[in-house]
Amino acid sequence: MSDPGTLPSDADAQRQANAARRRFLVQVSAAGGAALIGLGLGVHARQAAALPAFAVRPPGALHEAEFLGACVRCGLCVRACPYDTLKLSALGDGVAPGTPYFEPRKVACEMCPDIPCVKACPTGALDHALEDIAAARMGLAVLIDHETCLNYNGLRCDVCYRVCPLIDKAITLDMQRNARTGMHAMFLPVVHSDACTGCGKCERACVLESAAIKVLPIEQAKGELGHHYRLGWEEKARAGRSLLPQDVLELPVRRPGGGS
Amino acid sequence: MSTLTTLTRVPGREAIARKGWLRAHKWLLLRRVSQLGLLLVFALGPWLGIWIVKGTLTSSLTLDKLPLTDPFFLLQAFAAGHLPYREALIGGAIVVAFYLLVGGRVYCAWVCPMNIVTDAAAWLRRRFKLQSARAPSPALRYWLLGAILAASFASGTLAWEWINPVSLLHRGLLFGLGAAWAIVLGVFLYDLLVATKGWCGHLCPMGATYSLLNVTGLPKVSALRRAACDDCLECYAVCPEPQVIRPALKGDASPIVSSINCTHCGRCIDICAQDVFQMTTRFHHRRDGHEQGTDHIVDRLGGGSARPVH
Repeated sequence: MSDPGTLPSDADAQRQANAARRRFLVQVSAAGGAALIGLGLGVHARQAAALPAFAVRPPGALHEAEFLGACVRCGLCVRACPYDTLKLSALGDGVAPGTPYFEPRKVACEMCPDIPCVKACPTGALDHALEDIAAARMGLAVLIDHETCLNYNGLRCDVCYRVCPLIDKAITLDMQRNARTGMHAMFLPVVHSDACTGCGKCERACVLESAAIKVLPIEQAKGELGHHYRLGWEEKARAGRSLLPQDVLELPVRRPGGGS
Repeated sequence: MSTLTTLTRVPGREAIARKGWLRAHKWLLLRRVSQLGLLLVFALGPWLGIWIVKGTLTSSLTLDKLPLTDPFFLLQAFAAGHLPYREALIGGAIVVAFYLLVGGRVYCAWVCPMNIVTDAAAWLRRRFKLQSARAPSPALRYWLLGAILAASFASGTLAWEWINPVSLLHRGLLFGLGAAWAIVLGVFLYDLLVATKGWCGHLCPMGATYSLLNVTGLPKVSALRRAACDDCLECYAVCPEPQVIRPALKGDASPIVSSINCTHCGRCIDICAQDVFQMTTRFHHRRDGHEQGTDHIVDRLGGGSARPVH
């Protein structure tokens, strides 16, 4: 009730002002709370946006940073996969929740020629421009551990090479002298990034307890040359001749004992 | 607002006594049939191999023809800087057109799987007469929606999808729950112990998006017989957005509940022993003269302490 000494209109005005102030403060705190949650989500998204090493995205997937902004987490690609290779990440799997991935060590991609998972994607997180599965770059196989690889130990395991769908293109065997025995050869599996799709068959098939060859995200698997680097033999092949003028380069002849 | 929760009895007994159990739960039962039926249609594929619908509520393909995409997810993708393919955009346009026709928040009350969880918390709250604690402003969800779009823009990801309980639950039921149960349980406990109707009525930014689409919907709840209201307050107790009722029930203007936050759940229709509420259309403004006459009397007589105070 209003104070008898005060005009009712003053009390009303005061009450209205208080109510308006309260509403304003409630809105400000709501806005502040929302901003904090948004900030937390944004920071978390930046930290969690990297794909863990055991997981590989489906064929045609955009670069991970773009993928996470394009995939609506619907699962249509998973439903389209005829081999149940793809799965949707559940909360706690370590992959952004609701996004598709597979673990090559468990199930590898069968590289369907018609690529049904890509066709099923309604948003373009899996790029429909991919029409040839051999052009897919889901990741890159890396023979990561030379110490345990049986072929590096001089045995003829060859399993990764044999199961590769692009045998002799994506994986070749490089014959080297076995220095340990001095009388045998080693056949070293070599992965070629211009052909490897990252399907994961090699990692799946590796006979070791833990695979010596693993599919990694390409940006983690590949080095990158300095953009100003020129490889002399390539420049030479392109030009059809040596680009060095004759007799320009004189290298000092060093002899033992400091004399020249 | 706080006086709305001063109701000390469990609502619904009078309605059941007067109308019978079935009529006092008509809209609730219809909603459960709708919610569970939609879940079942999605689950028939993964559970029994009957593929009517593929995908999730996020984006789906029905009978290999009809694409449907949730506009909230499209908004996040836009903010993250990605323009989805035409298929998703058409799917989004169909969903937007549908909810513009039936009312946006129909999604919340008739489709969303989280609604069953939060309804359970609200029911337990009423059943055990848990006293209401402080709830955040109902406008928080709109701020949150803005913050999420800003976070999506800044991070280039669908920011809310790291924690969205709605999609985590629905996807979890179809693809495997993982740790999503913890987030769903968190929402349940928040609604049960911290804030009445806290999630759906105050926080959920997905619901906020559907509220923004709730402007042209044809079906509307109307306090058509508001003259008969005996101020029992039970509709306020069961309504997921109690602030929407008063202008229609106690105002002088149209009896139609016109707030964009009305979810069209119809629980007020069920719970009212006096049959004040009806499901009508937005064009149904007519009140008959007799009721209009008694309206004023009730207004004058009902001015005492039994009236809800805001």
